Amino acid sequence: METVKTNNYEVEVKHLHISFGKDDVLMDLNLTLKKGENLVVLGKSGSGKSVLIKCIIGLITPDEGTIMVQGNNISEQDDKSLNLIRSKVGFLFQSAALYDSMTVRENLEFPLRRQNTIKGKKLISLVEDALENVGLLDVIDKMPSELSGGMRKRVGLARTLILKPEIMLYDEPTTGLDPITSNEISSLILHVQKKYKTSSIIITHDIACTKNVADRIVVIRDGVCAAEGTYKELESSGDPWIRSFFE
Amino acid sequence: MNQANQTVIAFRNFFQEVGQLTSFSSRFFKQVLLPPYEFDEFAKQSFIVGYKSLPLVGITGFIMGLVLTIQLRPTLVDFGAESWLPAMVALSIIREIGPVITALICAGKVGSGIGAEIASMKVTEQIDAMEVSGINPFKYIVVTRIVATTLMIPLLVIFSDFIALMGSFIAVNIKSDVSMSLFISQIFNSLDFMDIIPSLIKALFFGFFIGLIGCYKGYTSSNGTEGVGASANSAVVVASLLVFIIDMIAAQITSLFT
Repeated sequence: METVKTNNYEVEVKHLHISFGKDDVLMDLNLTLKKGENLVVLGKSGSGKSVLIKCIIGLITPDEGTIMVQGNNISEQDDKSLNLIRSKVGFLFQSAALYDSMTVRENLEFPLRRQNTIKGKKLISLVEDALENVGLLDVIDKMPSELSGGMRKRVGLARTLILKPEIMLYDEPTTGLDPITSNEISSLILHVQKKYKTSSIIITHDIACTKNVADRIVVIRDGVCAAEGTYKELESSGDPWIRSFFE
Repeated sequence: MNQANQTVIAFRNFFQEVGQLTSFSSRFFKQVLLPPYEFDEFAKQSFIVGYKSLPLVGITGFIMGLVLTIQLRPTLVDFGAESWLPAMVALSIIREIGPVITALICAGKVGSGIGAEIASMKVTEQIDAMEVSGINPFKYIVVTRIVATTLMIPLLVIFSDFIALMGSFIAVNIKSDVSMSLFISQIFNSLDFMDIIPSLIKALFFGFFIGLIGCYKGYTSSNGTEGVGASANSAVVVASLLVFIIDMIAAQITSLFT
């Protein structure tokens, strides 16, 4: 089964509307992700940033609107084609979401074993390469509970990268980390962009991280895209509310 | 009026829960037969449910057989029917007490474990992580656990019955001298297939519902970490209650054939 590419955007969100009960989270949100760029999404807590990327990967179904990933409408896919699209999209969860009952090695092997195409020595070398890329080869046989927050995020990233995604979605990658580890994660995001030629959407509150990684920034307010531009443009925005993010 | 409203809401919630559980179990039946089959995870869960429950089930079974024999003995002695002791204990254990006590122990140990584990996987986004990696989390997590409990609980019941009868043998020998071969022959003379088969079928249902309730409560958990405890707790309560309800229905059905 083949997925189709119909335009230049890796991700295109049109008129997205999502509500939970009576709470409207996103209302008529429009957003695009160009090939090879790092797009940072800023917004207050509860503004629907995480909901947005969960919609993009198909974990949440929107009430209205369309989400195109590499030209494929996410809400029109059956399970098989949705999985095919998902195989091209990496998702780094806020909590890293490592499987507690598996070692780091098993965590990385797990998605590959499911695909059943890579086995034996090739599987071992892929796992080791992925961990080496995030500088954590020495924790390969440890359990997730033995790792620090930063290490868990890096292992989570390695687990995502092992599937060679073309699009990366980062859900608050630096939340809960100290400034030094946050900088390391930001550098890793840039490294991933360069090495794997990925296009990324990064949800964050961390302005230092935003400054480091953003090619373009979108600010969400009241469920819509309130501002869009580069770091420099938004830093000197005429809207004091937008400017307050950068102070 | 307020109380009437609360009763209506409680009824509505109850039927909503029953509806969701029915849909959850129909999803299980749809997916259990479809490939790919998760044999490795099934084997791992069978090990956890079966092998790791052996000590608890064994100790409980031993005490059950020992105590039942000690308690029954004086009454049977009064009626001059002491020789019936092994047969009576065996019938009680195999038909009723063995499966029910083992199922209750497993509802506590296995049901709560499954409920808490899955709820915690949900809270920490591990289930979402599986889904975005193209893995069917329902098949991997839920189907394997329900199949494991369905197949392992009957085996645990057989083990528990055996240990209980050993406990009974020791209790019999505290006050009298009965050889193992006589004890065993008295047991087998009193038993037929209609005692053993219904009890094992009943155990299959106990296992299925313990797994189903544990998985359902974990998979539908909400309210973050607070929900993890609540899921484990309600998995035990509902599964234990269902064990008694199934036991009641099984007793009625069995009585139709005997």
